[in-house]
Amino acid sequence: MSETETPRVKISCRNVWKIFGHDPQNTLNLIQNGMTKEEILEQTGHIIAVRDISFDVNEGEIFVIMGLSGSGKSTIIRCLNRLIDPTSGQIFIDDVDLATMNETEIRMTRRHQISMVFQQFALFPHRSVIDNVAYGLEVQGIPKAERRERAWEVLNMVGLKGWENYHTYELSGGMQQRVGLARALAVDPEILLMDEAFSALDPLIRRQMQDEFLNLLTQVHKTIIFITHDLSEALKMGERVAIMKDGLIVQLGSPEEIVIGPADDYVTEFVRDVPRSKVVPVRNIMKDPAVTLYSWQGPKVAVHEMRQNDVQYAFILDPGRRLRGVITRDEAKQAIKDGITRLSKLVKGNALQIGPNQPIEEVIPLAATSDNPVAVIDEDERLIGEILRTELLLGMTREDNGNDTKQ
Amino acid sequence: MTQNSNPPNKLVQKLQRHRKARWLFWAGTSGLILLLGWLFSSYYPESFYPPLAADPPWNLAFWVSEGMDWLIVNFAVIFDAIKLVTRWVLNSIEDSLLMLHEWSLLAIIVLWAWRLAGRRVAIFSGAAMYFIGMLGLWELCMSTLALIATAVLISMAMGIPIGILAARSDRINNTIRPVLDVMQTMPAFVYLIPAVMFFGLGNVPGVMATVIFAAPPAVRLTNLGIRQVPKDLVEAGHTFGSTDFQLLFKVQLPLALPSIMAGINQTIMLSLSMVVLAAMIAAGGLGREVYMALGQVDIGRGFVAGTTIVLVAMVLDRITQSLGQRGKRGTSAL
Ligand SMILES: Nc1ncnc2c1ncn2[C@@H]1O[C@H](COP(=O)(O)OP(=O)(O)O)[C@@H](O)[C@H]1O
Ligand SMILES: [Mg+2]
Repeated sequence: MSETETPRVKISCRNVWKIFGHDPQNTLNLIQNGMTKEEILEQTGHIIAVRDISFDVNEGEIFVIMGLSGSGKSTIIRCLNRLIDPTSGQIFIDDVDLATMNETEIRMTRRHQISMVFQQFALFPHRSVIDNVAYGLEVQGIPKAERRERAWEVLNMVGLKGWENYHTYELSGGMQQRVGLARALAVDPEILLMDEAFSALDPLIRRQMQDEFLNLLTQVHKTIIFITHDLSEALKMGERVAIMKDGLIVQLGSPEEIVIGPADDYVTEFVRDVPRSKVVPVRNIMKDPAVTLYSWQGPKVAVHEMRQNDVQYAFILDPGRRLRGVITRDEAKQAIKDGITRLSKLVKGNALQIGPNQPIEEVIPLAATSDNPVAVIDEDERLIGEILRTELLLGMTREDNGNDTKQ
Repeated sequence: MTQNSNPPNKLVQKLQRHRKARWLFWAGTSGLILLLGWLFSSYYPESFYPPLAADPPWNLAFWVSEGMDWLIVNFAVIFDAIKLVTRWVLNSIEDSLLMLHEWSLLAIIVLWAWRLAGRRVAIFSGAAMYFIGMLGLWELCMSTLALIATAVLISMAMGIPIGILAARSDRINNTIRPVLDVMQTMPAFVYLIPAVMFFGLGNVPGVMATVIFAAPPAVRLTNLGIRQVPKDLVEAGHTFGSTDFQLLFKVQLPLALPSIMAGINQTIMLSLSMVVLAAMIAAGGLGREVYMALGQVDIGRGFVAGTTIVLVAMVLDRITQSLGQRGKRGTSAL
C-alpha cells in the first residue's frame, strides 16, 4: 500500500451536475440563486440527479460509489462514457475533456477505452454466449474468426468454457453476469464501469463473483468504477469509496476511514451494522510491545525484564529488530535451570504474527489458539506492535466515532 | 418523504400538460373539419346547413378534382414508372408461380409449412391447396397469390423503413399515426377511386389500393417492435460504440423481429380481405370470381371461390404466424 510514486489520475470529474428536465441550464441558474432541490422539483419539475460531484480515480484503482437507490449513482457513471451528457462540469479521461469529443471520438472511446457491466446483465437474447462476448469486437469491424478467438479466451478467463454456443437465457444469473463481464473485457478496455454489476445476484453467488472478480483483476490491469448499494460489498471491493446521497458525495475515503469516521448521520446509519472487525486494521488496536528481548541476551535478563514489566512473555528479536520468536517467563526460568545462556538457543519461530493492515477479524483465529499475544510485523518482519486479548475484544465491540481512535 | 410526494406531483403536471394539448388538438381538428365543410358546401346545391352568410371562396370539391387532374398530367411519368415496375413484379411472381408444376409448388408449400410451422400446419396446407386444385381454381389462386405477394412486398418495402423512422423520432411518429388511422379506418372502397385515377383499371391499381389498406400494420408493428426493445439493451449497444446503423441491424431489428413478423402477418390478412374489392377495378384472380358470381347472383360459384379465399387466408395465416413466434422464442425467455 505504501506506494512511493504518486499514482496517475485516469478519470477526473470536476463539479459535475446533471439535471433532468426540459430546461436544465436555466434550472442550474435557479440553484445558483439558492433554490433547494425540493423547491426546484416543486416549481419546475426538474430532477437534480447529480450535484456538483468531483473526484479523481487513479489508474488501476477500484473506486466504489455507494448510495441508496435514486442517489444518482447510475447517472454519474453514465456520464463517464457519455451515455448521459452532464449539464455542467467537466470529466477528463487521461486528461482529455469528454465534452470536447465529437460523435466519432466518443464512439472510439467507448469501443476501445471504456466498457460497462450492467445490473440486469443486458445481454442480447438473440445472440449466443460467444456472440454476446464478441459484440464489442464486432462493431469494431474485427473479422469473425478473430473476434471469436478472442471472445473464447475471455470466456475461459471468466470460467465459462464450454458454454459458447448456448443462449444467454439458458444460463443462471451468475453465469449470465460472467458473460456480461466477459463482453466488457473482450475489447480489453482500460476502464471498466460496473453499475451494480453483482446486485441482482443471490448473496452466495454474489460473494463468489466478488472474489473471482478481485482475483481476475490480478491478471488484467484495469481501472474500475464499481457501483453498489451494499456497504459490505463497497468495503470489500473498494480501495476508495465515495458515498452518495441525493446526488452529492457525502464522504470519500478508504473503507477504514469510512467505518471508523462516518462523516454524517447518513453514513453512520450505513456503517452501524458493519462488523468493525472486517474493516478496521490491526494497527488500530496494537500496542507497543511491553518487553522486547534480543537473541544474544540470556534467560536471566529475560526473567528480570518480564518481572519488571509484570508480563508473562516477551518477543525475541534479532539485531535488525526482526521477530524471531516468543518466550514465556516459565520457559526462561527453565532455561536458567538448564544452563542455557543465550536466548537464540531457545528461538523456535513460534510467535503468532500478522501484518498491520490485516483486518482485526483475521487475528481472532490466531489469538484463539494460544495464550501468547499476537505480534504485528511489517513487510520486513520487524516487530512493530503486539495485540493483547483485551484490546482485541475492545476493538471488536467499541462504537468508535472517529475522534478517539489511536493510530 | 420527498420521494413520496414528488412522483404524484410530476404526474399531475404531466397530465395537465397532456390534457391541455389533447384539448387543443381536438378543438383544432373540429375547427378544421368545419372549415372544410364550409369549403365543400357549394358542391351539393341542397347543402344541409349553410351556416355562414358568405359563400365559400373556393369550391373545394372542384379543386380536388382539378388538383388530381393536374397531378395526373404533370406526374404522368412517375405514375407510369410505378405502374410498370409494379406490373413487372406482379407478372414475374405470377409467371414463376404458374411455371412451377402444380405438384412441385404443392410440395414446396407443404415443406415450407412443415419447416416453419410443424406437421399439423403442413398437413392442413397440403389438403387445402389440393382442394383448390381439385376445384380447378389453381390458376386463379396463383393470380391472387401474386397480387397479394406484390402488395405485401410493397407494403413491407415502404412500411418497415417508415416504421423504423417512426421509432426513432416521436415527431415523425406523431405525424404518421393519424395518417395510419385514416388509412385503416377509411372504407377500403374509397382507395379504389384514386387508384383508378392514377393507374387505370387492372391489377396494378388493385395492388395499390391494397397497399394503402394493408401497409399500416407493417408500419405500426415495426415501430412498436423497435420501441419495445428493452432500454438497457439499447444502452448496452451504445456502450460498446455501435453506430446508429449497427445498433439498428445488430440489436433493434433482430429484437423487433417477432413484432415485425406479426405486422407482416396482419398485412397479408388485410391484403386478402381486399381481393374482392380490387376485383371491382378489374383486378384478376379469385376476387374476380367472387365479384362475377355476385353480379350473376350465382351463389354456388361465389361460395366456392369464397371458400378458396378463406382457405388461402388460413394457410398463409398459420405459416406466417409461426414465423413471428419462432422469432419470439429468443426474446421471451429474457
Ligand atoms: N432519464 C431520466 N429522466 C428523469 N429523471 C431521471 C432519469 N434518470 C434518472 N433520473 C432520476 O435521477 C435520480 C438519480 O437516479 P439514478 O442515477 O438512476 O440513481 P441510482 O442509480 O443511484 O439509483 C433519481 O431520482 C431518478 O429518478
Ligand atoms: Mg442505478
